[in-house]
Amino acid sequence: MAADSYDDVAKNKDSIPSLEVPPQDLYHAKSWWTKYIFCQDAKVIGIQYALTAVAIGMVGLVSSWLMRMQIAFPGVIPMEAGAYYQLVTMHGMIMVVYLLTALFLGGFGNFLIPLMVGARDMVFPYVNMVSFWVFFLAVIILAASYFVPGGPTGAGWTLYPPQAITSGTPGGDGLGIVLMLVSLAVFVIGFTMGGLNYVITILQARTRGMTLMRLPLTVWGIFTATVLALFAFPALFVAGIMMTLDNMLGTSFFMPAIVEFGERLTYDGGSPILFQHLFWFFGHPEVYIVALPAFGIVSDLISVHARKNIFGYRMMVWAIVVIGALSFIVWAHHMYVAGMNPWFGFFFATTTLIIAVPTAIKVYNWVLTLWRGNIKLTIPMLFAIAFIITFVNGGLTGLFLGNVAVDVPLSDTYFVVAHFHMVMGIAPVLVILGSIYHWFPLITGRFLNERLGRIHFWVTFIGSYSIYFPMHYLGFMGVTRRYFEVFEGDNFTYSIIGINQFITVAALITGAVQFLFFYNIIVSSKFGKKAGKNPWKACSLEWQTPDVPPTHGNFGKDLPVVYRWAYDYSVPGADKDYITQDTPPSAVANAKAEQT
Amino acid sequence: MSKNKESIINQLTQKPWEPAQVKVDNLHEGKTFNLHVGKLGLRYLMVVSTIMFCLFIVTYADRMVYDDWVRMPEPFLLWINTLILVISSFVFIRIQLASKKNNFEKARRELFFIGFLAVLFLIGQLLVWQDLVQAGYYVSGSPANGYFYVFTTLHGFHLLGGLIYWAMTINKVWKLENIVIRKAKHTIELCAIYWHFLLAVWIVLFGLMLFS
Repeated sequence: MAADSYDDVAKNKDSIPSLEVPPQDLYHAKSWWTKYIFCQDAKVIGIQYALTAVAIGMVGLVSSWLMRMQIAFPGVIPMEAGAYYQLVTMHGMIMVVYLLTALFLGGFGNFLIPLMVGARDMVFPYVNMVSFWVFFLAVIILAASYFVPGGPTGAGWTLYPPQAITSGTPGGDGLGIVLMLVSLAVFVIGFTMGGLNYVITILQARTRGMTLMRLPLTVWGIFTATVLALFAFPALFVAGIMMTLDNMLGTSFFMPAIVEFGERLTYDGGSPILFQHLFWFFGHPEVYIVALPAFGIVSDLISVHARKNIFGYRMMVWAIVVIGALSFIVWAHHMYVAGMNPWFGFFFATTTLIIAVPTAIKVYNWVLTLWRGNIKLTIPMLFAIAFIITFVNGGLTGLFLGNVAVDVPLSDTYFVVAHFHMVMGIAPVLVILGSIYHWFPLITGRFLNERLGRIHFWVTFIGSYSIYFPMHYLGFMGVTRRYFEVFEGDNFTYSIIGINQFITVAALITGAVQFLFFYNIIVSSKFGKKAGKNPWKACSLEWQTPDVPPTHGNFGKDLPVVYRWAYDYSVPGADKDYITQDTPPSAVANAKAEQT
Repeated sequence: MSKNKESIINQLTQKPWEPAQVKVDNLHEGKTFNLHVGKLGLRYLMVVSTIMFCLFIVTYADRMVYDDWVRMPEPFLLWINTLILVISSFVFIRIQLASKKNNFEKARRELFFIGFLAVLFLIGQLLVWQDLVQAGYYVSGSPANGYFYVFTTLHGFHLLGGLIYWAMTINKVWKLENIVIRKAKHTIELCAIYWHFLLAVWIVLFGLMLFS
């Protein structure tokens, strides 16, 4: 029997026994229904999350197309102002909550966490399954709002009262806003169940040797984002409940005394600003709930495809944690124009700018990881580099908007739209796309088609810039967001019309190329080139499973034992340019890992 | 030997590349805390609930400073309901003691009593609602009314959720011959912790409404 004490290890007995921590009673599917529908395997649940999120995300994508058509070519698709606002609202909420959050945490979290930490499954597989179905219910409720009288809410994704629940707003006096709020509350409940699994699995169910400081940064990103959600989503839940009561039962939590179409409503004394505080106490961390998993994943993509260890691993971990913590004390920078004490604004401007420090550390470390690396311009790497560029661009405009004096004139212009789409729309989506190309061989055992992938990348990357770069200029020129019609006149020059038309054409093309990507996924999953085991020659545990794609239980008879971090690439003295996490020291006796 | 007793800060400041640390890390058992996953999971849920109630309390505090704030009356029945929760916690302490001594007959009996008390509490809360509505304190009458109904509803839902876990606990203790006793003890402990948590939440909410 091998070592199980420090003394034994000190004698260089490095074949440490596997340790099942804790012994897990895995549920084994007995029928098609429990294998593919009501499944308790985290990998299947991850795919279920991803498919559901992408399906509703398509509604968000088509919404954006219709919005852009209205702005650039009014009348081509007949549309009333109310319908436009419904599109804006549903696009925003779907993309932020139901697509990005669900995909990163529910999709990637479920698929990758157990594999990367060396666990057989999540610690509460049944709760995990329920979590997905509650999320599914939330999506159904949201989608149902399209079919109720008055349609979905058109209050904007921020759902600010009082306008969100008054009759002048689309869906405001019908079921539209109610279904949105109920859907969000259900989403939070489902997420709490999922988050419970992600956090406890990472903390307590890692395999032997997998210390916190040996975790891949993907896991760190998902873990920290989940903890953020644990603190932030209750604010959305609370705001949602209180607004539902204002709407349904006539309470006045957020509703002030108000006159609607000449009629005094029964509301009195509520505070709309209180809703804004609650919403943004959720809303700003939400940015990082989306961004942090992207930070983690992109770190792994860069390291694998540059064949180089991640630069400053410990600092990268701390930066993720510090960014997460700071994200809770910046929320009011979304509310500068709502009016606030100047010292209050000063405080939030300062904290906002401080976030740039750990964020810059991450960017520098990504670039330094690439520096003198053996860079392979694979499709995941292309997306990863595109992410860095896009994130830096979006982040820099954040510095503008974080300052009160600059934000006030730019507020509610297309500059803001450009900023947040670059930093938390396009940047995370680029990571998602890159990571799908990266982990597709693990999920299906086959590569995605390379040629289609490169077309997809370049059109997506150039297209995204064509959409959002000009928007900054629109913002500088004072073009306000949320306007239903933008036409030539005293306020808008001809050049603005032209820019809008250019943006719309770019949006249509960029959106359309995503369907090429879906085609690639469908065809390649069946006919793609076989990938074999660990095709990218990666070090982390998800690639070391005995079966590809990994089967239920992930790791065969024994769980792996971890002897190193996930970034031992190009180690001096080693035979190969990578040493997997489960390679014992004796197998790479000449490797000088400490020199990497 | 494991490294479970290390604080998170210690773990985050390790230098995993140093040869001495490598040898220590290779034997790490993969747990961050020396806790059962069930207990940690319960703590997670209690943290989420606490944050939710704290946010409600913050909004309550924000609203109550306005001039138009009108207090709700506190019916005497609320005190009795509070007493029921206190008794429940006390009974749970007795159940835990009984389970430690492997006296599962007594634990089983008293668990049923817990269920009875929980249902009694919920009925009591509904009676309070009925009294207040009859006295004209509707949910939309004033902000304080709204908060009262929200607090009692959410607390009630938490108790209903607790009753689901209570039913699972009863089930485990009932079928004791089929399972490991340690699991039954563990389930009882988790159920007890949750009940104490519900009492603490209620005392904070009740105290807030009483003294504001």
